[in-house]
Order: sequence, then C-alpha cells, then structure tokens
Amino acid sequence: MSASLGAVGVGFRRRGVPVTVVVCLVVLAAAFLAVVLGPVLYPEATKQDILSSLMPAGSPGHPLGTDELGRDILALTVAGAASALVGPVCVAVGSMLLGILLGTLAGYERGPLDFVISRWTDLLLALPVLLAAIVVSGVFGGGYWTTVALLVLLFSPSDIRIVRAGVLEQSARPYIEAAQMLSLSRWRVMFRHILPNVSSLVITNAMLNVAFALVAFSSLSFLGVGVPPGTADWGRQLTDSRSIMFDNPAAVIVPAVLIIAVACAVNLVGDWLGQRLTRSGGLS
Amino acid sequence: MLAVRVLGTVAILFVLSIVVFSMLHLAPGDLVKTLLGTRPASPEAVAAIREQYHLDDPLPVQYLRWLGGVLTGDFGQSIRLQTSVADAIGSRLGLTLALCGLAFVAAIGSGIPLGVQSAVRAGGVLDRIGTALGVIGLSAPTFAVGLLLLYVFAYYLPIFPVYGGGRGPLDTLYHLILPAITLAAGLGAIVLKLTRTAMLRELDADYVTSARARGIPEGRVRRLALRNAAIPIVTGASLLLTFLVGGTVLAETTYALPGLGTLLQDSVLFKDLAVVQALTLLVALVIAVIALLADLAYLLLDPRVRAKGGTA
Repeated sequence: MSASLGAVGVGFRRRGVPVTVVVCLVVLAAAFLAVVLGPVLYPEATKQDILSSLMPAGSPGHPLGTDELGRDILALTVAGAASALVGPVCVAVGSMLLGILLGTLAGYERGPLDFVISRWTDLLLALPVLLAAIVVSGVFGGGYWTTVALLVLLFSPSDIRIVRAGVLEQSARPYIEAAQMLSLSRWRVMFRHILPNVSSLVITNAMLNVAFALVAFSSLSFLGVGVPPGTADWGRQLTDSRSIMFDNPAAVIVPAVLIIAVACAVNLVGDWLGQRLTRSGGLS
Repeated sequence: MLAVRVLGTVAILFVLSIVVFSMLHLAPGDLVKTLLGTRPASPEAVAAIREQYHLDDPLPVQYLRWLGGVLTGDFGQSIRLQTSVADAIGSRLGLTLALCGLAFVAAIGSGIPLGVQSAVRAGGVLDRIGTALGVIGLSAPTFAVGLLLLYVFAYYLPIFPVYGGGRGPLDTLYHLILPAITLAAGLGAIVLKLTRTAMLRELDADYVTSARARGIPEGRVRRLALRNAAIPIVTGASLLLTFLVGGTVLAETTYALPGLGTLLQDSVLFKDLAVVQALTLLVALVIAVIALLADLAYLLLDPRVRAKGGTA
C-alpha cells in the first residue's frame, strides 16, 4: 500500500507551495470543516421524510434534491463526511503507531523477534487488503470501529516494513554506536535517537495510507459491510442511491466526486510533503 | 534460492488454509444453524448436518478432511445456491477472467506507452497530463469511477448498456467494455507509474548516454532502455494483482455483472461460508503463484541475477 505517486512537483517552482498543493489543501480544509460542522449544521440528516421523496436537484429547500426516503442529499453528504473521513485517518494513525512499535523492535532488536514480526508481515502482505476486509468484516460482522481496527491490522505491514528498513539503516551509524556506548537504555536509543531520523518516511507513508484507507473504507461501505444501513456515509450513500441514480443524479455524482477529490488531495499533499521532508535532509 | 522461495509460498498458503478453515468455526452464531441456512432446524436435519460435516470429529481431523477435499477440488456445498461450490465458481469464472483480461490489456496498452513518453519528456505537457491521470487513477475508488462512467457513457451518452452480463459472446464483450475501462483506470495508473519511474532511471544510465554518443537512433535507444526497465515493471505485477482482486469485486458490483466478485459479495452477506472459503483460498493461491512467476520472470529478464544463481 505504499505506492507513492512519483514526482508530482516536477517542473513546478522549487520553493514555496505549488498551486496544485494549495488547491488540495483547500479541498482538505473544506472536508475538515464538513467533518466538524456537519453534525452541528445537519443534526437530522438521516431523518426520513417520505412526503418529500425523490425531489430533483434545485427544489426549494433541497438544493441537491432528496433520495427515495426523502433525505436531503446536501445534508446527507455534509453529515456523511465525518463517517467517511474520520475512520481512514484513525486507520492511518493506528497503523503508523503499530508500525513504529513493531518496526522499531524488529529492526533494532533483530533475532527471533525480528523473525516473528517479519513473517507476520509476510503473511498479511500475501492478502489483498480489500478481500481480507470484505471477508472478515462481512462474516464476523462488527460495526464501524471493528472495521477501523481490522484495517489498522491490514495496513500495518507497510508501516512495519518501512520503519524496520529505516531503523536497520540507522542502527549501523556511528551516532547509534555512541549512544550505546553511553549505555543509554535500548528504549531511549530506539525511540529518542533512531525514531526522529526515520520519522519523515513514517509520516509520508501515513499520509498515503490515509488516501488508501479512504478508498478501502468507502469501498467496504459501498459493498454493504463496515457501516450499518441508514448511516450518513459517502460510500453507503452511493449504494443506497444506486436504484435512484437516474432519478436524481446528484445523489450519486456528488458523493462520488467528493470521495475522488479528497483521495486525490490527500495523495498529492502526501507526495509533496514526502518530497519536502526528503529534500530537507530528514533522511539520507 | 528458488527452492526456499517456493517453500515460503507453500508455508504461507498452509497457514492461510488453517485461517480459512477456522473461519467456519470462528464465525459468530451457531455453526449448525449457519450450515442449515434457510432450512428448518429439526433434530434430524441437525443430526444430518453434524454427520455430513463430521462436526463430532476432533478439529485437526476435520481440518485434514477439509484440506483433502480442497486439494481434490471439492469445496463442499453452497447453502445459498444449493449447488456444489466448484460449480458455482466454475459457472462465473469465465466472466471474471474476461473482465480482468480486457482490463489488463487496456492497462498495459495505455500505461506503458504513456509511461515511456512521460519519462522521455519528463516535465512536459504529456508528462503532466499523465501524472494527473495517474494520481486520479490511483486515488479514485473503482466504484466511484464506475458510477461516473455510467453517467457519462450509459446515461448522458447512451453508448453502453447500464448493467448486466449480456447474452452470447459478442454481447457479453459489449457489456464488459465499460467495466473493463473502469478497472483499467486504476491498473493503468499503476503501470504508468512503474513504467515512468523505471524509464527515468534507465534513461539516466551511462549506457544510454554512450549509445546516444555513438549515434544510435533515439528509437532504438529507447527500446534498449525499455527492455531494462521491464524488470521493475514485471516485479510490480503483484501490486497489479492486489489491486485487481479488490477492483473486480467493486467493478462487478457497480455494473451488476454475474462474476466471482459479486459471488463473493453475495456469499459474504448471506454468510455462505463454503463459497467464501473457496474464493479466499483461490485468490490466495493465484496471488502466490503470480508472485512466484514474477520472480521467475525476474530471473529470465535479468542475466545478472541468473548468473549469480538466482537469489530472488
């Protein structure tokens, strides 16, 4: 899951923030506002009102129209941002923390612990994330946070590998030898001395993981697993509105475009951040 | 060594088979009830199920019996479709293979030329368009792309059918074009990125400079570079496959195609565990075999690795 997108900034100004990144940051800021303000602005977004069922976009009081159940598409979409975006961020942060812990232990301690952790990542990497998530959360049920925990587990191998490789490379350096000669505790060496030097790799990978988790999460809710029916969530909204996609196109087009836009924005910002951090000498 | 690599693959598949087998026993709810499906739970039926699935045997015995069945192609009965799992998969395999094949050809056919051109003129207009398309292809979920394409090419411009698998080979092909393009968007983006990165590195190499200095035509120089760039592209095949597995489920669901992806989704939602087990193992096997083949291709493509005795 760590496919970075290559040199996005090639040809742009070297200093300052490229225009694309500014646009992406605006998209992300808007998404963040929707997450925070959604529940305040539209506390009753999922309330059904059969009287106003299937109104077209541009109807009075319903700028994007309503779905079959009479739910306002604009309210549903704004309120759905929280469910669609909070989970993926938690997945990226969770798998980053798990990756830092296990990757550092494996890379610094080596030996049997490294062997066990590495075989564990091999096993998880042999599974396609989406397939494993569909099967496990479909068969074992479980709600939103179970899905988050599952995705943390499935996303962690890329973090573990990246941290482990970084730690292995740093461990051989003189400053680590110096720290060891000062008989600093191994935890102090691992997390105070090595970790800061691999942090730029970790942060870049976490950003990219947000984008992949967003795709995985919305895919799961599109397939009907992960998010319970009736929840305001972009992926869920797309499944629910499939049957009315030609009656009120806005019900499908708006959330679909939003998912694509946010995922692209996260990816581009992550890439740019990665290049910035690499160039600023965070790692060799 | 290759033998170690094969053994590692077998070990991973063995562990996965245990996990997949345990799924039946770990799934929430009463196992007998799950296996009965919609049939009434009379004492005779319960006894018959316990007998049929040998539920009174110790778990290792059950596992070995199940594994024996799997290895001989017997995955049990689908409780949802009331047919053998092998038949259920067999009747849908063709459509999924056709869809993946079409998407694969489209992705290679667009990704490699675009990747080469992007690398040759890095920073140019085509490169920027390619990069932008690549970002969208990699970031956009398959179903979102699929739904938007449905609006454009089946609703606003009614060129393609909205959904279904079609009848007869030609009609099926016609029904598969839009889903294949949807899948190819993500696949092509990965191919494009792999190609561009590999070509950029090769074009920077000394042998390219020396070839150019000797006056070898640019077209031949590029072919030379592409041959060397093929190695990272081929070893990236596992990345393509991982994408393809999830993407197929989403594309088939979006276009309501009766393939393996929709079979998996329906079986998961219905808790038709025998089918889910069979499909999970099948996918794991295909991925393991392709990863092995990619490593073998690496040996064939890179004489340096071959000479060292192959430490892939």
